[in-house]
Amino acid sequence: MRKVTFSQEFFKYLFLLVLVVSFSSTYAQEDATSEEAKSEETAAEQTEESAVPGGDPAKGKELFNSLCAACHKPYSDAVGPALHGVTERREMDWLYEWIKNSQALIKSGDQQAVALYEEWNKVAMNAFPQLSNQDIDDILSYVEQPKPEPKVAVAAEATTGEAQSGGGISNEIVLGILAFVLLMLSVILILVNKTLNRFAQANGIEVKDDKPKGKPIWVAFAENQFLVLSTVIVMLLVVAWYGYGGLMSVGIDQGYEPIQPIHYSHRIHAGENQIECKYCHSSARVSKHSGIPSLNVCMNCHKQIAEVAPETQAKGEQEFNVDYNAEIQKLYEATGWDPQTQSYSGESKPVKWIRIHNLPDFAYFNHSQHVTVGQIECQTCHGPVEEMEIMYQDAPLTMGWCINCHRETNVKMEGNEYYEKIHEELAKKYGVEKVTAAQMGGIECGKCHY
Amino acid sequence: MWQVSLLNINEENLNQDMSSEKKYWKSADQLDDQNPVVEALEQKEFAEHIPTDEFLGDKEKLDSSQTSRRDFLKYVGFSTAAASLAACEGPVIKSIPYVVQPERLVPGVADYYATTIANGFDFASVLVKTREGRPIKIDNNTSASNFTAGKARVHASVLGLYDIKRQQNPQIEGRDATWTEFDDRVSQDLKNIGDKSIVLLTQTYASPSVNRLIKQFKEKYTNVEHIVYDAISEEAALNAYRNKYGIRALANYDFSEAETIVGVGADFLGDWQGGGFDASYAKSRVPNNGKMSKHIQFEANMTLTGANADQRVAVKPSTQNHVLVEIYNQIVGRVSATKLDDKTAKKVNSAIKALKKGGKKSVFVTGIQDEGAQQMALEINAKLQTELIDYTNPRMIRQGENSKINTLIADMKAGKVGSLMIAGVNPLYSLPNADEFESAMSKVNSTVAFSMKLDETAKVAKYVAATPHYLESWGDVQLAKNTFSLVQPTIQPLFNTRQFEDTLLKLIGGSKYYDFIKETFNQKFEGLSWNQSLHDGIFEYSSNSTEESDEKENEFNASSAAQSLLSNSAEGLELTLYTKTSLGDGQQANNPWLQEMPDPITRTSWDNYVTLSKVDADKMGITNNSVANGALNGDYVKVNLNGKTINKVPALIQPGQAPGSIGLALGYGKTEAIQEEMQVGVNAYKLYKDFNPSQTVSISKVEGIHEFACVQLHNTMMGRRDIVKETTLEVFNTKDKSYWNDTPKVSLNHEEVKVTSPEVDMWEEFDRSIGHHFNLSIDLNSCTGCGACVIACHSENNVPVVGKQEVRKSRDMHWLRIDRYYSSEESLQGDYDKKDDISGLSQSLNQFEELEQPSQTDVQVVFQPVMCQHCNHAPCETVCPVAASAHSRQGQNHMTYNRCVGTRYCANNCPYKVRRFNWFLYNQNDEFDYHMNNDLGRMVLNPDVTVRSRGVMEKCSMCIQMTQKTILDAKRDGREIKDGEFQTACSAACDKGAMVFGDVNDKESKVVEKYEDDRMYHLLEYLGTKPNVMYQTKVRNTTEA
Repeated sequence: MRKVTFSQEFFKYLFLLVLVVSFSSTYAQEDATSEEAKSEETAAEQTEESAVPGGDPAKGKELFNSLCAACHKPYSDAVGPALHGVTERREMDWLYEWIKNSQALIKSGDQQAVALYEEWNKVAMNAFPQLSNQDIDDILSYVEQPKPEPKVAVAAEATTGEAQSGGGISNEIVLGILAFVLLMLSVILILVNKTLNRFAQANGIEVKDDKPKGKPIWVAFAENQFLVLSTVIVMLLVVAWYGYGGLMSVGIDQGYEPIQPIHYSHRIHAGENQIECKYCHSSARVSKHSGIPSLNVCMNCHKQIAEVAPETQAKGEQEFNVDYNAEIQKLYEATGWDPQTQSYSGESKPVKWIRIHNLPDFAYFNHSQHVTVGQIECQTCHGPVEEMEIMYQDAPLTMGWCINCHRETNVKMEGNEYYEKIHEELAKKYGVEKVTAAQMGGIECGKCHY
Repeated sequence: MWQVSLLNINEENLNQDMSSEKKYWKSADQLDDQNPVVEALEQKEFAEHIPTDEFLGDKEKLDSSQTSRRDFLKYVGFSTAAASLAACEGPVIKSIPYVVQPERLVPGVADYYATTIANGFDFASVLVKTREGRPIKIDNNTSASNFTAGKARVHASVLGLYDIKRQQNPQIEGRDATWTEFDDRVSQDLKNIGDKSIVLLTQTYASPSVNRLIKQFKEKYTNVEHIVYDAISEEAALNAYRNKYGIRALANYDFSEAETIVGVGADFLGDWQGGGFDASYAKSRVPNNGKMSKHIQFEANMTLTGANADQRVAVKPSTQNHVLVEIYNQIVGRVSATKLDDKTAKKVNSAIKALKKGGKKSVFVTGIQDEGAQQMALEINAKLQTELIDYTNPRMIRQGENSKINTLIADMKAGKVGSLMIAGVNPLYSLPNADEFESAMSKVNSTVAFSMKLDETAKVAKYVAATPHYLESWGDVQLAKNTFSLVQPTIQPLFNTRQFEDTLLKLIGGSKYYDFIKETFNQKFEGLSWNQSLHDGIFEYSSNSTEESDEKENEFNASSAAQSLLSNSAEGLELTLYTKTSLGDGQQANNPWLQEMPDPITRTSWDNYVTLSKVDADKMGITNNSVANGALNGDYVKVNLNGKTINKVPALIQPGQAPGSIGLALGYGKTEAIQEEMQVGVNAYKLYKDFNPSQTVSISKVEGIHEFACVQLHNTMMGRRDIVKETTLEVFNTKDKSYWNDTPKVSLNHEEVKVTSPEVDMWEEFDRSIGHHFNLSIDLNSCTGCGACVIACHSENNVPVVGKQEVRKSRDMHWLRIDRYYSSEESLQGDYDKKDDISGLSQSLNQFEELEQPSQTDVQVVFQPVMCQHCNHAPCETVCPVAASAHSRQGQNHMTYNRCVGTRYCANNCPYKVRRFNWFLYNQNDEFDYHMNNDLGRMVLNPDVTVRSRGVMEKCSMCIQMTQKTILDAKRDGREIKDGEFQTACSAACDKGAMVFGDVNDKESKVVEKYEDDRMYHLLEYLGTKPNVMYQTKVRNTTEA
């Protein structure tokens, strides 16, 4: 379960070297693939224009995303029914009327409308009187586009995947070839030597060892007391260095990256979708705990989002070996949400996350102090979360690390009435405008240990 | 060399001795050479063969075994190495969020709810602090003017919620059942009742809804009788008030404006008439413009009230009757001649003078359990035209009609009772004639006990209805005629429990009790908002309708009342039963906080005992003595009341106990639904005959030595003024501060300099002028010693309970203790003078020894709460080798547990002895089987305070978690902190206002005012420790009227 990767300088450098070697080729390939994908996309859009006559699917997409997407999806049911194929099911005129004001249509007693209203648990659809028939055509033409085959995406992914793995393979090949050449060279050297000796023997030439036979090197080494002493000292220092390092890393879980019950990607949420950290971790504003979001917070969005975009899905499968859609299903299972009926079954089972940042019990830490009062970015302590596919511990979370920051960081006093008097007095007394957290008493023992 | 040879000589001598005719023996058998055992013992270490064969005997088996000794060692070595390697890996910690988070709940942020404790004995409006849905602390509801929670028991009641001895399911005939089955069986029983009666025996609920509910119950089932039973009866006072004012209630005193208070046997700072008078009393005790109240107390036991009085007269109960009648004689009108000795008569006269002088600001109270006596007290107050009783708003918190109990027993015996429902009371424990009640109960077909625990009564009942704790219940309470409060749950019921009221509603086919209360509320309180009232917890509502007026008795015949009072000529010792500050009536006996809380007077925990005077003890040869480890031991006595005896009651010699009287606390000696560790003391209810706390008994010394868990054995200050400073009102008003509260001086260059002046300071001072600098002021005048702060500190700071044996070894962990000192002379001033007059060695030897002994009859008492003084120049900090004890700029002395290595140097160097060492692991340790040893009990722990481990020093932190939170809240809101926002657990718990906490850098704060007060001094100021805790000199009003 627990996977702690310690930063190993050596491997870092090796990796860098290899990376530099293979950089140029990778770069070129990436460029090619992205262009390829783009062109394919536009091609797809152009070919499927004719679903609704006179509709512009590009405009329709824009309108759909701003007005309809909260409740509808093109290819699956959400709060409202899936819209793909709606032009086949209903008359166009009926659709115009319905979309502009569905309630009026129901009240007028239209049978289709009433039946639909009943079927969807009497959830009234918003009226959109601002839409013209042309707008509606645009939207419908967008939703009537055939479901894009995942083939396209897979193809795109496959190319990118190849590009990625291509870099890796070439590195290995280069290394392999080099090693092979070296091996061959040494074999050849030995063979040549042997052959020459054999020639000499055959010709009766005695190969003379010119050098007088001296002491073996290890005896010479053992006899040189200075060398022995300095070697021992060096070895002891090395042992001490690594021993100290090893012991000091006990209990430090920097890089701790456990496998979580649900593969939750901060990269997608905080990175790609740019969701504010405190949207989910809302208690960080007011509480000592940042709080793992309760599942109802997830469901705020995931009620609608049952599936990720095909590109995202493909990327997950290729790069991280994860099926994002299956992970979303896990969330539904935990909350008891049935996407088919769009209702909660009432049976829920909490998710047992594995806690990553563990402060010892005797250390008091308050998120709101840092987040709200100190206005410190979450990333300052938690690292580049928006790039983390799986959350890991970025900082060592040692006391020295805390104290360093307290020594270096100025207290945010501006605009906070609490500090007004303190600031005034400080300025008067010491003529300073800024003080660090440490100077305000932020490294006193009892501030964090009680 | 020399030493070695000496040693040799000794050995030789020894050998010579051995060879001489002298023979040393260990037992008589040794003298018999023929005895085989002796021989065997001399030859072998063990007389009997050690049964190694059992595990090594079977040679074949041993040989066939694959594991050789070397293998075994290998495995041991390997597994040890593996275990220590594995320990380097941290554990995997799971974190489980809510599926649906409740809207207002933020993990890590506390929520507060106002509710009310109304358990039949304690009534108070409280604020409950909950964290993550768990109630963890009781706070005072500051908006409740009167019924505040300033009582140790109320603060400790939160632990009762997590009591592992709680009943978790309803029971039928001793087996767990479901509620449906329970309802079926009980309603079936009620249907088949025939012409027999149903009796509801309940505690005082004082609840409008319960009253309405029982009315409806009576309508549904005919022949229902409702008897209210109080374990500690106030029937005399209730009846007296009814006779005079037409409502069966208790007089509502407000002492805050008092000039003269005279008490006769009334422990009104304790539990007299429901208690809760101490907050207003404390207000009148602080000298204001040269004036303060004068309090004269006549009593037998040394009580909190007597200890706080300006003048305390120790008189036994029979004499108290005479005192009462004499006061009546002189204030209302002569009714009967009294017999008082000269000394007492003089003091009675001076009390009467004081009462008359105070006029409308005077009040007289008595605790004599006699209707006539209570009515005389009311008459005296009426004659004085006292303004200190609110006649429009009498207290409703006692309604017991205990005299009906004996009728009930007779009825049950006669088979007239078909069903007995007992709710909230435990008669088989708290009745003097419990055996009789039990045998009568067996004649009742259907008995239902509504109980939180499987107590003495529930154990014999046919049905047990498990009831929830008050923190899980709904309810409403009429505290006084016009003062109401609401009870709301602060947590979902932990167990399968149901309120008494809900069950009654079920039986009459009603809905939920919650709806029922709301209905009552809407009917009764027109124009009040339910939500607002629930938020406030307490509200006033005066109804104009005088619906239920009880019958008034027209004429009070004082002379016949006096006659009957004076006719009691007691022979033998007069026992006064009392309730302790900690345990009260014994409902919370399974609460380790309360068990470990030292009694404010005797400073003894984990026990009840007979208190008796030195004179009587000497007569009977009863002694108390200290043993080598600093603990107190005492003799046992046997207490006999008309043939009822309690054997082996420990006896404690109590200074101030009236000769000829003894005291014994109720509430102890429980044996059912209580952990073994908490089964301490004896059940004194056996002696509570006719519900009269005053009884005539005989006692005799019996075999055995009792081990007390007493935390304070030095009973006097030996005249040292630097501990508790005391003066009289006269001196305070007329003399300069330097006369009665002088700052100690030290010699600098042969000149006397004040110890506080900077020249004599050897330390460099921190600059504390910026930011906050906390100070705590403790006013010894308004501190009554009630101990609410002790329990509040316990619950806020996760202070462990260590148990009786550890307390005996002075290893109690209380961060805050309330020292109690007796005077050695008649007054503390006498002690000071005596000490000052000592000169010469011989005089000092014997006079200091005298000063060590507290005075026995006329004794003055002072209380002094002591916690870490947070010295600016702390002696503990300089000696810590690991800097675990460090000072902060905010004035708090920090204790860093994770740095502490347990050298205990700091405790040795602390002049105030406030540091506490964790000798053992007190949590999750079966040796200390208290609340921290079970999952349920640990739910009460404050998540913001570390639970300390073994080998670590701890002490008062000045509630840094609370001050830090206040600061953070202000920073987050971007505002300045107002005075009064900073609190510690103790200062927040003190409803007497004795403890004032605040920031001295805020020049407008109350604590600055206290700092500049003339009465301010620091404890042991001459040491120059510059504490951040200060005290206010105690002023005693000894001015004669």
